Amino acid sequence: MSGFLQNTFNGLVGGAFYALLALGLAVIFGMLRVVNFAHGAFYMLGAFGAYVLLAEAGVPFWAALVIMPLALGLLGMALERAVIHRLARLDPLYNFLFTFGLTLILQDLVKSRYGVQSSPYATPAELSGTVDFGLFDFPTYRVFILGFTVLLCVAVWWVLGRTRIGTVVRAATERPELTRAFGIDVGRWVTPVFGFGIALAGLAGVLAAPMRAVNPLMGADLIIVVFAVVVIGGLGSIFGSVAAGFGIGLVQAWGEAYLSDFPIVSQTVVFVVMAAVLLWRPAGLFGREEAPA
Amino acid sequence: MLRIENLSAWYGEAQVLREVSLEVAAGEVVTLVGRNGAGKSTLLRSVMGLHSGQRGTVTLDGRDITRLPAYQRARAGLGWVPDDRGAYATLTVTENLTLPPRVGPDPWSLDRIYAAFPALHTRRDSPATLLSGGEQQMLALARVLRMGARLLLCDEPTEGLSPLLVRQVGDLLREAKRHGVTVLLVEQNLHFATGVADRHYLLAEGRVAAAMDNSEVRSRERELLAYLGI
Repeated sequence: MSGFLQNTFNGLVGGAFYALLALGLAVIFGMLRVVNFAHGAFYMLGAFGAYVLLAEAGVPFWAALVIMPLALGLLGMALERAVIHRLARLDPLYNFLFTFGLTLILQDLVKSRYGVQSSPYATPAELSGTVDFGLFDFPTYRVFILGFTVLLCVAVWWVLGRTRIGTVVRAATERPELTRAFGIDVGRWVTPVFGFGIALAGLAGVLAAPMRAVNPLMGADLIIVVFAVVVIGGLGSIFGSVAAGFGIGLVQAWGEAYLSDFPIVSQTVVFVVMAAVLLWRPAGLFGREEAPA
Repeated sequence: MLRIENLSAWYGEAQVLREVSLEVAAGEVVTLVGRNGAGKSTLLRSVMGLHSGQRGTVTLDGRDITRLPAYQRARAGLGWVPDDRGAYATLTVTENLTLPPRVGPDPWSLDRIYAAFPALHTRRDSPATLLSGGEQQMLALARVLRMGARLLLCDEPTEGLSPLLVRQVGDLLREAKRHGVTVLLVEQNLHFATGVADRHYLLAEGRVAAAMDNSEVRSRERELLAYLGI
């Protein structure tokens, strides 16, 4: 029983990273219709940035948790203005190729400076140790990640669901042209939404630094699963991406724990789930078929 | 109020509007009638700024708006009532109504809209796509009245509605007119058109084939109905 709870908890923590990354991809796709292949690279930059800030400038974890998302969000906004926005008018393939190429460039830039071996990042002192839940103990840092991510997802859901900004973003996501005809300058909202999605990826990266190996390829390994999560949740669906993120985290953790004798199955279970969901619901669990323009 | 001069529009290679010129005076209700494919919807979309690939000029109150993006045209006072009614599935009824900013001098309040349409009030927190077709049409019209739009562009507001609802749409348009709102609407229902409108333009193959007043439409009704294929 306690083994099962342990696996479940670890699955939710893993799912928290998927949820944060998928949430960013979903808001970006919804507003821009751009699949951001560089999302994993920004996650990696978030973790690496935290590492470099601590190792070379002594900037602590808590400061990095604010600095890196802000810096990467601004970088994302500049990128959207300079390139993505121009390519968005052309075939979607152009942004596809651009963000994919950008991923390779960012990875190799970090690789050429810091090499491919993983860099250690100490858990912040306030969050070291374990929390006693009676039946079992959990690392405090993981409890923090789970709580923090859930709060953040609820906050994003509240902003999108209950505020004026959210109304405009939902309208622009659902029917961009119609929304323009109602006097809303949809283009003005695109850049901040892209920056916000990138900031979430950076934030996930900082959170990952004390827990996961910080290396130039950490994003590339993760992003494949995140794309599966986004497809399962339904492209552009905010709720779907978060729910599918936590769900896939659970499926993966249970798969690794109970199917460890069949490594091929436990490593591919995410994609089996994705194929099954797509056969059943081609638009994803919470996705809607595209409305006519 | 609205002046369209030599407006031509294309879908790719196909020309849908050929040098259309027409005028709508302030406070008038004017309909565009014509067969399917005559270019009526394209004309409305061009005025709203939603159609790329056009030539000619559109002026609103003497101001050339031909190069303005759609959102600025809306802020200049154009109210868009699309043929599919434009209800957002991800927005509640209230959010649908309050999405556009207020742009005109005499916007309807939410209370007034809900008093006029109790069905919208009952469903105010539900997704707008759960409304019936008729309720969605009322929502589309109420939305632009709440904006305070001065010129409504309505694409077949009575299409697919029951006679009772058609009458409601007519009442609403007449009330808007009483408050000085100008309307340009695409309409196939000639009875409805002569009931609410002052003048009519017959569009054929992308050109203005005739400009008619109500008495002319009534006297030529049989001929027009045969022409329109209704």
